[in-house]
Amino acid sequence: MQEDRQHEAELIRRILAGETDLFHELIRPYEKMVYVTLFTMLRNESEAEDAAQEAMISAFRYLHTFRGDAKFSTWLVTIAMNEGRQRLRRLKRAAEDSLEDTVEEPEGDFTPAFLTDWREIPLEALERQELRQKLREAVNSLPKIYREVFVLRDLQEMNQEETAAALGITVTAVKVRLHRARMMLQKNLVPYLQGSVPARKSFFGRLFQ
Amino acid sequence: MNLMCKRVWEHISEFLDEQLTPEERAEIEKHLENCEVCSAILDSTRNVLILTADDRTYELPVGYSKRLHDRLQEALHQNPHPGKNSRN
Repeated sequence: MQEDRQHEAELIRRILAGETDLFHELIRPYEKMVYVTLFTMLRNESEAEDAAQEAMISAFRYLHTFRGDAKFSTWLVTIAMNEGRQRLRRLKRAAEDSLEDTVEEPEGDFTPAFLTDWREIPLEALERQELRQKLREAVNSLPKIYREVFVLRDLQEMNQEETAAALGITVTAVKVRLHRARMMLQKNLVPYLQGSVPARKSFFGRLFQ
Repeated sequence: MNLMCKRVWEHISEFLDEQLTPEERAEIEKHLENCEVCSAILDSTRNVLILTADDRTYELPVGYSKRLHDRLQEALHQNPHPGKNSRN
């Protein structure tokens, strides 16, 4: 970890000193992170790809403003999110998002869904392509403020402090939003997971296969 | 459902992220031993997170990396850093 960071610092120093081609190497570990972040914001593959390219170019142009006190990945994800926000505004989707999403919902229902036979769901259920699709849809359907936090914490596996810094919110807000996001996803996916499991005990389970 | 269940749900995230004090954790673990409902909720939430972290859940479009680096290569050579002298 520490070594990676030193290696990155060295790469950045050399890029700024003129070895610009090293920028390819610098961003290679983060290609997917940038794309996925933008995909979850823009919810469209080609838009996300284009935005990822623009974000990487911006990162190159502004590399001299990077301060070593933040992690490079956090800085890069912030640039990607700015690119995503600009596009959302351009696409006028921001209007709907900001109306419905910017306010915390203290009255919302953030209790989990009950399930009676979760323990019978085999781990193989998690292997299903269909289920991954369902999860992507569930993430897409989260209100923006919860989606952003969930993506950075649970998808990009950034820590609380990094997430707070990248989003310009407090650590407490990160914790609250993450919890709500997870509960909403659990609720959203549970019925599907139950349905996706072969009905072993069902009366006609075998008959209709 | 009882009051303790509700308390457990409120702390599921912190439980999974190991952010609880040892006392809080022990209290919740004790409850989980006896409460199927809460255990199932915890397991399902954990599984959502496992699925999220699975590399296959979000995949890159085919050819993404090559297109990205091609475009970067162009930009790297067209636009030297702001504030730096052009080396071309």
